[in-house]
Amino acid sequence: MGSVKVTNVSRKFTKDEDKSTLALDNVSLEVDDKDFVCFIGPSGCGKTTLLRIISGLDKPDIGEVYLDGTKIDSPGPDRGMVFQEYSLFPWKTVIDNILFGPQMSGVKKKDAIVRGEKYLELVGLQQFRDSYPYELSGGMKQRVAIARALANEPSVLLMDEPFGALDAQTRNILQQELLEIWQKKSITILFVTHSVDEAVFLADKIVMMSARPGKIKEIINVDLPRPRDRTSPEANKLRDHILKSLLKEQGH
Amino acid sequence: MVKKHIQALKEKSVEIVSIFSAIVLWQIIAVYVVGNKFYLPSFTDVAGALVEIISRDSSLAIMGLNLQLPMLVVDFLYSMMHFSIGLIAALVIGIPIGMIMGWFRTIDRIADPIVEIIRPIPPLAWIPFAIIWIGLNPFAAGFLIFIGAVFPIMINTFTGFKSVSRVYVEAAKVLGCNTNRELIRYVALPSALPSIAAGIRIAMGVGWMCLVAAEMFGVSRNGLGYQMWHFYDLHRMEFVLVYMLILGFLGLFIDRLLRYYIDGKLLKWRKGVVI
Repeated sequence: MGSVKVTNVSRKFTKDEDKSTLALDNVSLEVDDKDFVCFIGPSGCGKTTLLRIISGLDKPDIGEVYLDGTKIDSPGPDRGMVFQEYSLFPWKTVIDNILFGPQMSGVKKKDAIVRGEKYLELVGLQQFRDSYPYELSGGMKQRVAIARALANEPSVLLMDEPFGALDAQTRNILQQELLEIWQKKSITILFVTHSVDEAVFLADKIVMMSARPGKIKEIINVDLPRPRDRTSPEANKLRDHILKSLLKEQGH
Repeated sequence: MVKKHIQALKEKSVEIVSIFSAIVLWQIIAVYVVGNKFYLPSFTDVAGALVEIISRDSSLAIMGLNLQLPMLVVDFLYSMMHFSIGLIAALVIGIPIGMIMGWFRTIDRIADPIVEIIRPIPPLAWIPFAIIWIGLNPFAAGFLIFIGAVFPIMINTFTGFKSVSRVYVEAAKVLGCNTNRELIRYVALPSALPSIAAGIRIAMGVGWMCLVAAEMFGVSRNGLGYQMWHFYDLHRMEFVLVYMLILGFLGLFIDRLLRYYIDGKLLKWRKGVVI
């Protein structure tokens, strides 16, 4: 199970004594189990902050976050996370990176290896099992990062612009692969992006946010049939709607 | 096989010619310009002294055994003992202190002013207290080497821990690695290892430089540094020069050995990183 409930969350960042930014203002949201939700909005709208609060890395000033009815107040293996920056431990080989989570939660090395190899196969990088991260391309690094997050068998996968640093070609391939993984593993995915194209291709629901203070502006249910065609008239219509709405948000 | 060696020699020809010319120049200056063995012993004087040193024996008493060994070996063992005492103490004390100072902001604030006041004191200025506190024994020499070696290790460990990338710590946290102990053990320490290794290399260099001074104030009647001073008292400068060269070559050798071990074994994952 992986249903997430965010209730009245506010988060303020204080720089000096009198200067502060309200990153999130009274945000409430419910995400059903096995949903693929994309967060989109102008930069500085608090979408990453919201994801970090759900992961437990950041704490809300007001409000609560629940995962399957349990309150979240610290990071935990039930929520996997993939970062925008390359976050693989450079001193560990690919397989050891994937094993890190299971070993931390006390899985025996033997069982952990079996599990790790399963996820390595899922992202198709078996032949790089014993390579170090510096030997991998950007796309491969993020594939391993996904496998590492999944190896803990979380019920929710949080992704913070995971494909942001990749070239367009690799990005499209990885989006496709991520959808296959999502369908195979049937988990909930919360995905922050700044790419409208990405959100329309991936999401069941698109959460549009407005900037300063960060609020939820609109939630769009995307009912385009899967597998999706990136250039279908319906997808274009939806893209057009979101782009116009974003432009308005940025004050143009 | 022979061909290979000749090929290797050919590739190093410039370096070989350089060293050879320096020796010839040294010999000419020593014999025809200075002309005084006391001020500048020539290459042949030094070579002769080396042969003499190698052929001398000395006794080494350990655990009731009285071993008869070449003098050079005995002195080398004594020096290595002094050096190891200092370096091991510096590792055991410097790394943990650097770690907690780098990881916990409060401890950094508590310890930093004290460290910054003690650090600039030259290691050799500790000689009087080393004698009074510890006495004339190998541990006093070790103490001086410790003072020279501990700060580079501590500071580099500290810097390594300070600059642990935030994304690695956060990635570890979401993977279930949450306590300070686990984060230090599994994230900060491996991530800081290149910096710690660089600190150890610097520390070994500084410690090696302290060795001669540490052995000069009568902590033992053996050791490479002690012998150098001994021959100075006898005005045998060609012997002094032999020990100077031996100390230099050993320092170079230790540094190379360490670099080989660290880069080849410990820091394999950094291949491709320009150091």
